Amino acid sequence: MSRNVDTRYPEKLQDLLDTLSLMDRTGRIQLLIDIAERFESVPSDVAERPFAEEHQVPACESEAYVWVRRLEDGRPKFYFAVENPQGISAKAMAVILDDSLSGRDPKEIAGVSSDVVYEVFGRELSMGKSMGLMGMVSMVTHSAKKLLEPRS
Amino acid sequence: MSRIEGRGYSRPETLVSTEWVAEHLADPNVRLVESNEDPLVYPSGHIPGAVEVDWTRDLNDQIRRDYLDREGFEALARRIGITSETTVVFYGDKNNWWACYAYWVFHLFGHTNARIMDGGRLKWHQEGRELVRDIPTYSATEYSAPNREDGEIRAFRDEVLTHVDKGLPLIDVRSPEEYSGERLHMPDYPNEGSLRGGHIPGAASVPWARAVNPTDGTFKTADELREIYEQEKGLKPGDDVVVYCRIGERSSHTWFVLTRLLGYDKVRNYDGSWTEWGNLVGVPIEK
Repeated sequence: MSRNVDTRYPEKLQDLLDTLSLMDRTGRIQLLIDIAERFESVPSDVAERPFAEEHQVPACESEAYVWVRRLEDGRPKFYFAVENPQGISAKAMAVILDDSLSGRDPKEIAGVSSDVVYEVFGRELSMGKSMGLMGMVSMVTHSAKKLLEPRS
Repeated sequence: MSRIEGRGYSRPETLVSTEWVAEHLADPNVRLVESNEDPLVYPSGHIPGAVEVDWTRDLNDQIRRDYLDREGFEALARRIGITSETTVVFYGDKNNWWACYAYWVFHLFGHTNARIMDGGRLKWHQEGRELVRDIPTYSATEYSAPNREDGEIRAFRDEVLTHVDKGLPLIDVRSPEEYSGERLHMPDYPNEGSLRGGHIPGAASVPWARAVNPTDGTFKTADELREIYEQEKGLKPGDDVVVYCRIGERSSHTWFVLTRLLGYDKVRNYDGSWTEWGNLVGVPIEK
């Protein structure tokens, strides 16, 4: 896929999508499994079990949770937990969102469409699975939008 | 969990334990089939010798909204190396939700020599049993399937309308929020696939996963299942029942429970389900 001048996604995310778009299904799945294996759950200084419900991703049956903290420069750092040990897609999505969006300008993050899920995983996801993964993206973009609100 | 034979099921032979599967890994008359919701799960590790049957690529027509046809099923059977004599054992993630869906589709083609591995991937994983990444290949087989028989175990929308008019029982296996119409779509993502929320008039709500023990994914005992479907919801074994969800996958799990574990002999899965009913013009809806 050729890179448009005005890419739809932040650079690192767009790079991954470009890479995935060049792969066949087997290659894409293997890369996503490799990515999922890098998943690290939220550190205990950010959150401890039982996790607060407000951080749980709605509609995600892999029981995914999202937290955001501000880095020193005020930009967001995202943390995730995936409580279902078989939630491999959710773990891959968490690593991708952290890798590509933590430390970015909240304005850029807020503009990321949840449709990115289909660009990462392909169109063959079930409705339930895609809703859960989209929910993770929505939680992240929603967090970024909140960071853009004036502090009281 | 107790032994399968001691749980009071009407057809206990339709379930096999993880122990049974471990003892039959090298049995040429048994084919293990993994079916998951998450496309990354099988490639990340599966039971040795298991093949993958994917609900979107393998079981559905790629153009029309329908299941594969006879030729497609025969090609699938040849690919996974089964004959009509092979005992096919399905298992998968999500408490065997997708495994039951594949089991149901195989029954549309008369492949009734099929089992579900009780507890699915979750139990196999919890027991620390071996998972491998090697994708097995099997010699292509000859498989002659009958034409798909939809009449007995599949319901279509006009039949469901008649069913509603007659006041016959329906079971809605979606979440309570979907049943009530409270949740139709995700925030910021309005196109969930249905224009209206709610449920088919007269349907009772029994979320599919109530039939399993959440700790290990095994099916509840017959007495526990009867408590849910009969004492609580009023079903009776002789009832003509239609089950549905959003696209017919979760409801195939409930179809398995009612027909194989509780012995109901007239249960049909309405796979058009809410993505059809919630978009139809003029059909009755309850909230």
